[in-house]
Amino acid sequence: MKLTLKIWRQKNCKDKGAFATYVVDNVDPEMSMLECLDVLNESLIERGELPVAFEHDCREGICGSCGFMINGVAHGPERATTVCQLTMRHFKDGDELVLEPWRALAFPLIKDLVVDRSAFDHIIEAGGYISVSTGNAQDGNTLLIGKETADQAMDAAACIGCGACVAACPNASAALFTGAKIAHLGTLPQGKPERDRRALSMVAQMNAEAFGNCTNIGECTGACPKEIPLEVIARMNRDYLLASCKKREDVPTTITPGFELSAKR
Amino acid sequence: MTLDARIPAGPIEQAWDKARFDMKLVNPANKRKHSLIVVGSGLAGASASASLGELGYNVKCFCFQDSPRRAHSIAAQGGINAAKNYPNDGESVYRLFYDTVKGGDFRAREANIYRLAEISNHIIDQCVAQGVPFAREYGGTLTNRSFGGAQVSRTFYARGQTGQQLLLGAYQALERQVHAGTVTMIPRTEMLDLIVIDGQARGIVARNLVTGKFSVHIADAVILATGGYGNVYYLSTNAKGSNATAIWRAYKRGALFANPCFTQIHPTCIPVSGEYQSKLTLMSESLRNDGRIWVPKLKGDTRPPNEIPENERDYYLERRYPSFGNLVPRDVASRNAKAVCDEGRGVGKTGLGVYLDFSEAIARLGEKTIRERYGNLFDMYQRITDEDPYKVPMRIYPAIHYTMGGLWVDYQLQSTIPGLFVLGEANFSDHGANRLGASALMQGLSDGYFIIPYTVGNYLATNKFAKVDESHAEVQSAVTAAQQKIETLLSIKGKRTVDSFHRELGKILWDYCGMARTAQGLEIAIGKIRALREEYWQNVTVPGSGDDLNQSLEKAGRVADFFELAELLCIDARDRNESCGGHFREEYQTPEGEAQRDDEHYSYVAAWGYRGPDAPPELNKEPLEFHYVHPSQRSYK
Repeated sequence: MKLTLKIWRQKNCKDKGAFATYVVDNVDPEMSMLECLDVLNESLIERGELPVAFEHDCREGICGSCGFMINGVAHGPERATTVCQLTMRHFKDGDELVLEPWRALAFPLIKDLVVDRSAFDHIIEAGGYISVSTGNAQDGNTLLIGKETADQAMDAAACIGCGACVAACPNASAALFTGAKIAHLGTLPQGKPERDRRALSMVAQMNAEAFGNCTNIGECTGACPKEIPLEVIARMNRDYLLASCKKREDVPTTITPGFELSAKR
Repeated sequence: MTLDARIPAGPIEQAWDKARFDMKLVNPANKRKHSLIVVGSGLAGASASASLGELGYNVKCFCFQDSPRRAHSIAAQGGINAAKNYPNDGESVYRLFYDTVKGGDFRAREANIYRLAEISNHIIDQCVAQGVPFAREYGGTLTNRSFGGAQVSRTFYARGQTGQQLLLGAYQALERQVHAGTVTMIPRTEMLDLIVIDGQARGIVARNLVTGKFSVHIADAVILATGGYGNVYYLSTNAKGSNATAIWRAYKRGALFANPCFTQIHPTCIPVSGEYQSKLTLMSESLRNDGRIWVPKLKGDTRPPNEIPENERDYYLERRYPSFGNLVPRDVASRNAKAVCDEGRGVGKTGLGVYLDFSEAIARLGEKTIRERYGNLFDMYQRITDEDPYKVPMRIYPAIHYTMGGLWVDYQLQSTIPGLFVLGEANFSDHGANRLGASALMQGLSDGYFIIPYTVGNYLATNKFAKVDESHAEVQSAVTAAQQKIETLLSIKGKRTVDSFHRELGKILWDYCGMARTAQGLEIAIGKIRALREEYWQNVTVPGSGDDLNQSLEKAGRVADFFELAELLCIDARDRNESCGGHFREEYQTPEGEAQRDDEHYSYVAAWGYRGPDAPPELNKEPLEFHYVHPSQRSYK
């Protein structure tokens, strides 16, 4: 197959950036989208040009490193598929594909298709955990957790933190990402003691990171390669509301250093 | 060099208790005065950083990815072993120990493995407490499944994403410590050298991958948890970024490298489809619980699988190994797949594949049950191959997956450089010549959560640390050397890309030092690797500059190290004149074609020392003694 790739090229966040057009011959339908970019990059290097920078690591759809827009759709046209597992058989000979980085205020661009998603780490840091230090655990079977509950927690825990939800959202909201962790931990009995505090802190951090608000559009779940259900956002809102009603003055909604960084941008 | 593994004397059941009691402790108030460096944020690195942070040490954790949550532990699918015996099927700490010693083909230390088996149960408890959503029964108890190389169900799992869930648990514990201020996380940064002062590991030289800036980090001890070196083969199941640079630079600073030729070839991966192939995708070993492996009895049978009648199929694992059947260990399964393909009975376009068939399991259990157990793996297979494994058998072929070799460490997980500790896949310690399925996650977390917090404390409490700053001559020379290497790579401006060299290097290794090796072939490989390395330093082209994000430059440095490591790997394989586990020398096999060990001459750990760029490495031997599990010919028949 022969494909035309229109790719966003930008040296760094201060550079203006523009689309560049490349033609790739001999695209094999069995290739992944990233292998197609590998082929392009090899030819660019041989011609003495700079290769396209894009993030990737496991290439098995689980590390969450990769991701960009293909023709305006996060991770491209296939349902529940990251770009590393998107095979070229889904395109036709002669197609033109427009590749752009995630575009969101909270994800500043680093180079070409690479953006900075450390805002996600700051949200987890604010409370996306159960406070149990090593050595404190009782036997794993002491706490019985019904299969349905465990499955529900697992559905939310499957998030890979790729950022497609933010890129797909017209508001660039991180509600699906934040909701997924709040739902995962809040569903399990182990996560109950910190449920209120977790919801308050994580939502506060999410807001501080320059993500937009959720207006229930649902593009996020449609773009999510792990099909995280929209109900995790409802779960987050419920936990946040309940916690706000019960809130005492001493419950921290502290903001980590990410806030200052984001505010400066 | 005499290698002292520092294994506590006395009965193996009490060794770890005794070792812990004998260790010196650091006063709680003094812990924050000690700084520690952890390189790598996978299961071992993240769990170590979190646990050391919880104790109050000052920890800096580095990873090359944009976030610690991306480390390649995340891709482990099948599960994690523990000796809980919840299924009441005969499991015990001793049996997990026994199976692991035997599975490793008697080439690992008994004491380390016994400790691993003991700690396994605590890992499950810790992970449950963190909120890892392990699979559960309707009654609420934890579920187990079987895995290769074992006849008991001891594997805990979270769908086909166990590594992801365990890593996220460790990552969250790490982020909790970042929040508490005990751990500083430094992502998008690569370690380029180890700083050794007065014989002690005292810090690292690192490079920021976005700005290209070099930095020096000084500490009282350095902990490497940087994973394995499977990517030396180019095509492997490792992540594209997985590399050996940190352990290789440590080797060149004096740490011994043990058993580099012990590499694991995983039997169930999706076969290669073309020249552009950038990596291989694993299908979890757990699939062998319900899938049956077969090839046609006839050579060159090109009929579609569903048209081949039952009596014309060869379920070769069930035929050759009736008691373990499809659940033989990985090395045995891989070798047998190669053998039937070499006979011309392989399937698929390339003839390099065998069938993994679920039709019988689907008929017996129903599609719903199979979907619940393996749904995400089946989806992944279909996404990549465009074939529906619920209807047609999967095609699989072995691929490089894990490296049992790594930096030599003693019982305290300390390398031959005092103050340099090595955890997880980066060390050599627990799996011998073949790792059993679901044991890698166990080892990574055991090292990070439950061993290093004690042993590093003992080291800190029993040593003195002179003040070191960046102006120290050793520090400056390490920085200059690292900078020069980057500049050299950028200035060659040859004709070939880094990837083209890496691909060719991988092909040499796979052909001569893959599933079957010979002394003659290894000799050829060493010659080819040297010639290619020479060409690399004259003809590689690295575009761009060293002062911004330059992914070609990152790769160029890593491939330069892979060249040197590849040679050591072949030297070790050539030197070990026996077959054991994943190391199969064609000259040494039983009449039935199984690996033939030579315990009289090779029951040792081969720990190689660096002696300069042009000198051959020095072989040091740590003899292996087996007081509990008597070495025997492994039999899975």
